[in-house]
Amino acid sequence: MPAVYMDNNATTRVDPAVLEEMLPYFSDLYGNPSSMHTFGGQVGRKISQARERVAEAFNCHPDEVMFNACGTEGDNTAIRSALASQPEKRHIITTRVEHPAVLNVAKHLERRGYEATYLGVDEQGRLDLDELRDSIRPDTALVSVMYANNETGVIFPIQEIAEIAKERGVLVHTDAVQVLGKVPFDLKTLPVDFLAVSGHKVHAPKGVGALFVRKGVQFRPFMLGGHQERGRRAGTENTTGIIGLGKACEIAMKNIAHENSAVKALRDKLEKALIAAIPDTRINGTVDARLPNTTSLAFQYVEGESILLMLDAFGVCASSGSACTSGSLEPSHVLRAMGVPFTYAHGSIRFSLSRFNTEADVDLVVKELPPIITRLREISPFKHAEGEAPACTC
Amino acid sequence: MWEYTDKVREHFINPRNVGEIKDASCVGEVGSIACGDALKLFLKVDENDRIVDAKFQTFGCASAIASSSALTEMIKGKTVDEALDVSNKDIAEFLGGLPKEKMHCSVMGREALEAAVKNLRGEEAVPHAEGEIVCECFGVTDEQIRRAIAENNLNTVEEITDFTKAGGGCGKCLDKLADLLAEAKGQKKVLKPLEVKPAGLTNLQRMKLVNKVIEEEISPSLQQDGGNIELVDVDGKRVLVQLRGACSSCKSSQLTLKQFVEKRLRETVEPDIVVEEVR
Repeated sequence: MPAVYMDNNATTRVDPAVLEEMLPYFSDLYGNPSSMHTFGGQVGRKISQARERVAEAFNCHPDEVMFNACGTEGDNTAIRSALASQPEKRHIITTRVEHPAVLNVAKHLERRGYEATYLGVDEQGRLDLDELRDSIRPDTALVSVMYANNETGVIFPIQEIAEIAKERGVLVHTDAVQVLGKVPFDLKTLPVDFLAVSGHKVHAPKGVGALFVRKGVQFRPFMLGGHQERGRRAGTENTTGIIGLGKACEIAMKNIAHENSAVKALRDKLEKALIAAIPDTRINGTVDARLPNTTSLAFQYVEGESILLMLDAFGVCASSGSACTSGSLEPSHVLRAMGVPFTYAHGSIRFSLSRFNTEADVDLVVKELPPIITRLREISPFKHAEGEAPACTC
Repeated sequence: MWEYTDKVREHFINPRNVGEIKDASCVGEVGSIACGDALKLFLKVDENDRIVDAKFQTFGCASAIASSSALTEMIKGKTVDEALDVSNKDIAEFLGGLPKEKMHCSVMGREALEAAVKNLRGEEAVPHAEGEIVCECFGVTDEQIRRAIAENNLNTVEEITDFTKAGGGCGKCLDKLADLLAEAKGQKKVLKPLEVKPAGLTNLQRMKLVNKVIEEEISPSLQQDGGNIELVDVDGKRVLVQLRGACSSCKSSQLTLKQFVEKRLRETVEPDIVVEEVR
């Protein structure tokens, strides 16, 4: 295991209690939940329990919870269902800072003759709700806005967004992958029609997710086949994953206060100490409405991949909005949408904590990172330039 | 996670020759902070044209820093001409190889060296290599791309992006990259030979056909060399044209007119076409 794992928005460690809950269903209890015999039936009952646990976390009816493979599947399913059930509507609204699981679906739809509006964000990563109001048209099928941004942790006002859309009779989907267990929400009062979550972001394993589909909302399945998930998502259930997700939701609900106090305190300590120790550092995104575990810090004049690799030498895991790490050549679409200057965007590092982090983790990063930045700035030609960094020559 | 060789990691963690040379003989600068990587190379050259010291400052990823470090190690002690023989491939090989997506880092090293030598020889260090910008996102010119293709024997558009970054942004230039690749590989886009109409063309048919061949084939071909052609009139079998751009001042323009334009029109339209230049 790494010395310090601060990349929990990418994936999380499976909670030992979650693993324990899952283990019997790999070995002794391997039955197919759809089978007629008692051996399979008991697995079916365990899946029902998992569904109830997720429903409790969402405060919705268990029938409104559909298990699937991941957050991406939930996003794809929700968007496609919304469009398939309203064939006369040809327009969707989303944001420029969505996860690719939504953004690339929207782009794909545009190539298929749909129209998409991408709401912008300000330099703090916040949406302008008037822009949303102005973008809704009679043929708008869906508003799909993430609950919180994975890179900056900025939380969007989903309650208001959903109310605006519902007033105009438009379906609403939200990618809530980053907020489950961190931000309390209640689907009795939050008027969204679809909400997607993912297991591995909440200390359950990879390969399982859940999609909330509100009762009464027309649903068009994405995956056809058997009658699993009441015919809405065919395919033999990922029984162990689903059981793990159920348990993880139960634990997450108990820990949500802890996330907003203890984990948040660690994040704040890390952030404050790094900003104090490293000049020319800033926070990407507003601090007013932000996930308690996330900080995106931009270090001017240095490049993110270099920072990550040097941190890696100390066993510290974080991630970067820089181009060099992603395989693409441009810095993060989120930071670009926010208009983060290039001098900062390339040197952005995201630390995302979890309840498994300790004070010692924070102390280690606070000790090791400042000399890394100093060293890279010594190598960089821009720190030496007088005044402003050189303009783009591209 | 990139698969870096131990040597890349080593040159990244302990880069050689970092810094400035205060009394440098020349400086070469390539890239920019917006592009995500930039390299400033300082050389000290003695009276025998030998590089006695080389230092660098680099903004970029691990492979950019390692490539810069490798470059300075490779050229120190060489004469300027010997140093210019160092190709981007040599830099990558020195490091035990680079991930293919990172080959542009070695190209940046090579370009900084060229910029520094230009600076040394009093030539104006242009911000970009010669040629026309093809990739606007990263400011990559056609010349840079042709060269990367030739020196590294690139075979796909994806490889062009790995080596030059061209096409890695908005992707608008991907078609142009494919054209450049086809051209470099000698697969010049040849139009299907038009149906030869030996006789019996009406004036209108002839005009249309001449216009089509000039627009679709001859003009694009001349444009590749910086020139162009414009059809002025078709008078019977006489085709009147004006040469433009580089062609208008080119000494061999008459040759172009007869050997290329007229020849092609005779092949595709009618065997007795005569091409004349209108000034």
